[in-house]
Amino acid sequence: MNAIEVAELRKTYPRGVEALRGVSFTVREGEVFGLLGPNGAGKSTTVRILATLSAPTAGTARVAGLDVVEQPREVRRRIGYVAQASGVDLTATGRENLTLQGHLHRLAAARLRPRVAELLEMFGLAAAADRTAQTYSGGMRRRLDVAMGLVHRPEVLFLDEPTTGLDPESRAVMWDEVRRLARQGLTLLLTTHYLEEADQLAQRLIIVDGGRVVAAGTPDELKAALRGDRVSVDLAERSRLAEGEEALRRVDGVLEVLVDGATLFAKVEHGASALPAVLAALEKAGLPVAQVALSRPSLDDVYLAATGHVFRAAGQEPGSPDHRAGQGPGASD
Amino acid sequence: MEFLSDTWYLFGRLVRASLRMPVFLIISIVQPVLWVLLFGQLFRAVTSIPGFGAGSYVQFLAPGIAIMTALFGGAYSGMGLLGDIDRGVLDRLLATPVARGALMASRLLYSATQVTAQSAVILIVAAALGARPHGGAAGVVLVLVSAALLGAAFAAFSNALALLTRRWELVIAVMNFTVLPTTFLSSMIMSRNLMPGWIRSVARFNPVNWAVSAARDAFEGRWSQLGASFALLAVFALVCSVLATRAFERYRQAM
Repeated sequence: MNAIEVAELRKTYPRGVEALRGVSFTVREGEVFGLLGPNGAGKSTTVRILATLSAPTAGTARVAGLDVVEQPREVRRRIGYVAQASGVDLTATGRENLTLQGHLHRLAAARLRPRVAELLEMFGLAAAADRTAQTYSGGMRRRLDVAMGLVHRPEVLFLDEPTTGLDPESRAVMWDEVRRLARQGLTLLLTTHYLEEADQLAQRLIIVDGGRVVAAGTPDELKAALRGDRVSVDLAERSRLAEGEEALRRVDGVLEVLVDGATLFAKVEHGASALPAVLAALEKAGLPVAQVALSRPSLDDVYLAATGHVFRAAGQEPGSPDHRAGQGPGASD
Repeated sequence: MEFLSDTWYLFGRLVRASLRMPVFLIISIVQPVLWVLLFGQLFRAVTSIPGFGAGSYVQFLAPGIAIMTALFGGAYSGMGLLGDIDRGVLDRLLATPVARGALMASRLLYSATQVTAQSAVILIVAAALGARPHGGAAGVVLVLVSAALLGAAFAAFSNALALLTRRWELVIAVMNFTVLPTTFLSSMIMSRNLMPGWIRSVARFNPVNWAVSAARDAFEGRWSQLGASFALLAVFALVCSVLATRAFERYRQAM
């Protein structure tokens, strides 16, 4: 059975903002599914509809086999919702936050107490259990957030940008938590605007942009759809980049050459066979190489190909200047 | 009943939060006591104006200040809800199977409880200053009930406003605009007998005045006039609660 089925979902907010313009996807049971896209792409709106917090304007959404509009109460029993805006009550302790969630999910007190203790232990919050969440670090609050979504052992857990604003160390901890939950067979719907995060965690993903799905598949499938690997070369003498570019263009198997800053990027058919030829060509041209790297296409490239603009991470406006014709990089809207 | 247990759990959250803020607790007790002392001193002479109709001003003032405290306590209740909305706490609760009505009911119950406790302290301080509840224990209980009803009613109004505007500046502005006029257009600190005619007429339609009348009649043991004031007050509280529930539904639909 599918854990989540979304068909032609549309959402227009009262002031006419079209957040979703027909989004469809399916999440299998026990899968980690990623919703990747920049800020404002419609990720949070999708999750809010699936969590029964927002009503769709059109289309259908089913979670655990239940229609979110027709049977919201039943859906709420089966889901955990970890919002982007947290939801931890800072005036309450970690234990109280978890206990309240359990009460509202109607867990019997005898079962709730050990469950809360177990979650505090599992998320490394046992020592801070009886301190107010006000005193927690960002990473601790986020872990408490996730723990709160799990008190009632949901079938589906929604994680809306679980690592936004976290330092790299806390992010790594959160990734481990997600992987552990995935191993336990929980269905996870994860939204992120970090390409790396979707690549690392999601078994399948969709890329959402402007309220539409622009690409779908496993990270490998999406990357494979972009033909070729990428060879990046740093020359010892930066002044001779143009010569290097010229030399690489003539190599067999090189599809495209780009210069970005001090690095030459060559898109090649097969990285392993093209690499020696690339190096030989540069040597022949008398250009010493400082550094060379071979990489498979990343989700960055997928994103670029799917949306036509460069992916921008948190805090930046979606859409590159060339995507929004006529606006300079400094333009704001 | 799930509604009742959910209300209880959510009420517990609000109570624990306020118990963790000792400064808030102290201020919420000290402030009304200060009013009793300050107004009691400031207006002591008004009882000698012919026609005021009461011998001791503290005796007159005590139930009035209880209602004033309820009014102020309830009026800013919406701020707490806005805090919950901003921090994502409300969404978090809405994503659980919690009985929807319990989210509002717990807030109104909390406001009612808060102002009941404050009013009890006011009556104790007033008693120390010489006020005597001629209505006895029943009278005291009814003073507290009228304070609780008015506190819950204004809390509902304030929460409705918070949900409809989602702006704390607006909640503060509207409440500041409401609280003082309704205070002075009532017999809270001035005897009805000495009011200008037009104020007396307006006061008849002022819910704060209904609460003041109910509380003062209960305190003085004037049972015959009590029923009408309480009935009006109860209807007002009910209307405000319905308004708040509607506002909450609208808030959810707009999401």
